[in-house]
Parts: sequence; structure tokens; C-alpha cells
Amino acid sequence: MIRVVLPQHLRTLARVDGEVMLDIAGPATVDSVLNGLEARYPMLRGTIRDHRTKQRRPFIRFFACEQDVSHEPTDTPLPPTVASGAEPLLIVGAMAGG
Amino acid sequence: MSTIRLLIGTKKGAFMLTSDGKRRQWTVDGPHFGGWELYHLKGSPADPDRIYASQTSSWFGQVIQRSDDGGRTWNPPGTKPEDLMGADGMPKGESNMFLYDASEKSGRPLTTHQHYDGSQRPWEFKRVWHLEPSLTDPDTVYAGVEDAAIFKSTDGGKTWKELAGLRSAKGQLWQPGAGGMCLHTILLNTGQPDRMFVAISAAGSFRSDDAGQTWRPTNKGLMSQYELPDPDAEVGHCVHCIAMHPSRPNTLFMQKHWDVLRSDNGGESWQEISGNLPSDFGFPIAVHTHEPNTVYVVPIKSDSEHYPPEGKLRVYRSKVGGDDWEALTKGLPQQDCYVNILRDAMAVDQLDPCGIYFGTTGGQVYGSSDGGDNWAPIVRDLPAVLSVEVQTLP
Repeated sequence: MIRVVLPQHLRTLARVDGEVMLDIAGPATVDSVLNGLEARYPMLRGTIRDHRTKQRRPFIRFFACEQDVSHEPTDTPLPPTVASGAEPLLIVGAMAGG
Repeated sequence: MSTIRLLIGTKKGAFMLTSDGKRRQWTVDGPHFGGWELYHLKGSPADPDRIYASQTSSWFGQVIQRSDDGGRTWNPPGTKPEDLMGADGMPKGESNMFLYDASEKSGRPLTTHQHYDGSQRPWEFKRVWHLEPSLTDPDTVYAGVEDAAIFKSTDGGKTWKELAGLRSAKGQLWQPGAGGMCLHTILLNTGQPDRMFVAISAAGSFRSDDAGQTWRPTNKGLMSQYELPDPDAEVGHCVHCIAMHPSRPNTLFMQKHWDVLRSDNGGESWQEISGNLPSDFGFPIAVHTHEPNTVYVVPIKSDSEHYPPEGKLRVYRSKVGGDDWEALTKGLPQQDCYVNILRDAMAVDQLDPCGIYFGTTGGQVYGSSDGGDNWAPIVRDLPAVLSVEVQTLP
């Protein structure tokens, strides 16, 4: 079971409280987690990554075990503690104030 | 007695303001979608419980919201639980997918437009500026988007298809205005269901006579001597808003970047009607519900000073279709007012006497229940207002 923490606006959009729990078939990667997330919550499609290119939106970041993995290839296996559900994958609205 | 419902889009959410037909006391409902930019909300003329909303964010992109119960509940189209029971068992989640049509099949693989520096840039979807529901079918709705294009949905906003013929109308020469290259105006008319008008900053106005399949520029007579010193330029004009009275679909009123104009031949040619306005720069323009020759604008000092001349918030009304304008000031601040009124932020109701409403970048929404003679603030402290639409409910 993968744990995913969404930014507040996306929790509101998806109508979830707290963390999202996902069963992922195969290796846990950013790609596979987002595939599972968007299948469960289709209203999130296009809000984290582009519909077609799957490119991450500019002000979205992915953190695993306190490390920014946003620039890693999205098929990179996530750390074992995230894959096991001991730690969540954080989807973060990036710092973009002024 | 009728009910008036104002749909207010702001920089930080949507609000609905409701009153009875007297239009004196209002209830405020909101914010909906707090923290998101609500560029536009509009109800279906065919089913006033059906309301479409454009919800956007620099972080999370575009979301389309739809209400089927007059704004009490909202869902992105296609994501209700019952929509998840499709034949393939998978939800679509495509209500916010606006893909430009670059296919050979359409015969119009136009993929670039002009950028500020003269280079060609790919079309890139940014947001929906304007939603225009069909006059007859609640499930059909048009979206005007940035980068400029028009999309159509015939399934209540679940999926969208570009009417790509518009970008064939010299799209390679369009370029962004200061607010982005946005399609912000879509005019439909029941008497001529195949005819549509759109307006784009900074490209101009365009007309289709075949329900949006093909388009041509309708900008003859527009003069922009400082920004576009070519009197014959077919495109490149910064049109801010166009309005039409449904009883006279060949007469159009335009607020351009500078100049207020009218056309009496369906956009074939335009003539200036700025007349005695204190400034002919501005954003919105509206036509009285019962008087097709009565027009409203809100003069703004200049394109670099986006506030009213002399710090006086004045709506100007012409009862003769332009040139001769009177200032409407009763109830509006006449000193120290430096707000702007954006292009989609003025609308009229269907009652008699006609009500007219506008919102400001300072968060005020003003209303008049007597055609503009007297004004009063309905709310004073909303986030910056991006759009105002009115529903007149039985």
C-alpha cells in the first residue's frame, strides 16, 4: 500500500481528507503512483502532470523521504520505505510566492 | 417574483449573489473553489440550473466545474460516481483536456503563432477565459481559451474538441496582448444559429457563418495607429470586448484597446462611436436588455494606467447607439477610486427596468436596478473580480 499526501487544493478537488492509500501493481515509481492516483481520482488528471506528455506541471514537486525527487526520471523506483508504505510520497505545490 | 443570481468569478474563488426582483437586498454565497482563479462562470439559457465554471491555478492548471442544481453542488464533468460506470470501467477525466487540433485529417495543422519578438511559437494551452453555453442545448458549451482558440463540448463539458478553422484565419500572425493571447468573447444568436462571433487579444474579431467550422477576420475600420500603424491590417487588433442585442444580431458594439466602435453589418465594417467619452480606453461593453441602442462602457484612463480618469468611477451610457454619452455617477465613488473593471465583469439582467452590474479589481460589485441611473454596492470586499454574469430566474 502506497501512501500519498496531496496539497490542500487537490485534496479539496478530489474530496479526500488526509492521506490517499493506493494499491500499486508492480514497482512503485512516480509514474505508477500517479497512474493509480488518476485512475481513482480522475478529477486530478491534468492538475499534477500534462494529460498527454505526462510532464510534471512547473509548480508541482515530488518528495520522498525528505528528498526532492522531482527531477528524477519518473520510472525510477521510489525508496523502499515509500514502496512499503512506511513513508508517504508527498506531492507538493512548490514555493512560488513573490 | 423573479430572482436575480449573479455569478461572480474572482482571483480567489467564485461567489453567487442572489436577490429578489426588487434587487435591493442580496445574499452572498461563497467562496466556492476558494484560492483558485475563477475566470468565468455562466449559466445555460436553456437550463438555468446548469452552470459552467472555469477554475484555474498557476500550480494545478485548468479545471472545469459544472453544477446541475443552480450552484448548490459542483463536479468536474465526467467524474461523478455514476460517470465512473462506463463501458470500459474507466473514468475519462478529460473535462480539463484542451488539445489543439494539429491533425492532418482536419487539414489545418497550424501549430505556431507569432510571439512578441516576431518569432513563431507553438500554441500552448494555459486557461479557459470564457465559457459560452449554447442558447438551446444545456450540454453544448463553447470555451474561449489562451493561447487563443475556441473549443466545443457537446456532452456537458466532459470532453472538448477544437473548432480549428478559427486558427486558420491568419493565426500565424496573431500575437499575445499584455494579458496573454486569449479568446475572451463568444457571441451566439438564436435567430442565426450558424453565425458566431469571437474576439481575441491581440488578433481582433472573427465571424463564422457555418457554426464555427470556418472563420474570417472582421476588423475593417479598426484603427490602432500607435500600436498597429497599418490601416489595412486584417488581424493584430486588440479587441477587448464585443456586445450584441439579441434582437439586432447584425449590430455589434466593441470596446477596443483604444476606441469604442459599432458595426451595423455583422462586422463587415466598423465605425468609431467614442464621441464625448473622457477616455475611449476600457474593457467591458454591454447593451441594455430592452433598448438595443442603449450601450454601456466604463472608461479607463489609459492602457498603462488601469484606473478611471480623475479617480471617478463612472459608467457611461449612450441611448443613441454611441457618440453621445452621459456619465452615470449616482452611488459610485467620485473621488480616490483607482480600480479597474475587466472585460467580462459587466452584465445586464432581463428584468424591466433593466438591471446592470459590474465588478472591480478592488473587489466591489455594484448594481443598478434602473438601467444605470442609480448604483449601490452589493458587496465591497471580495477578491479582485474577474467576471460577472447574471441569471434572471422565474
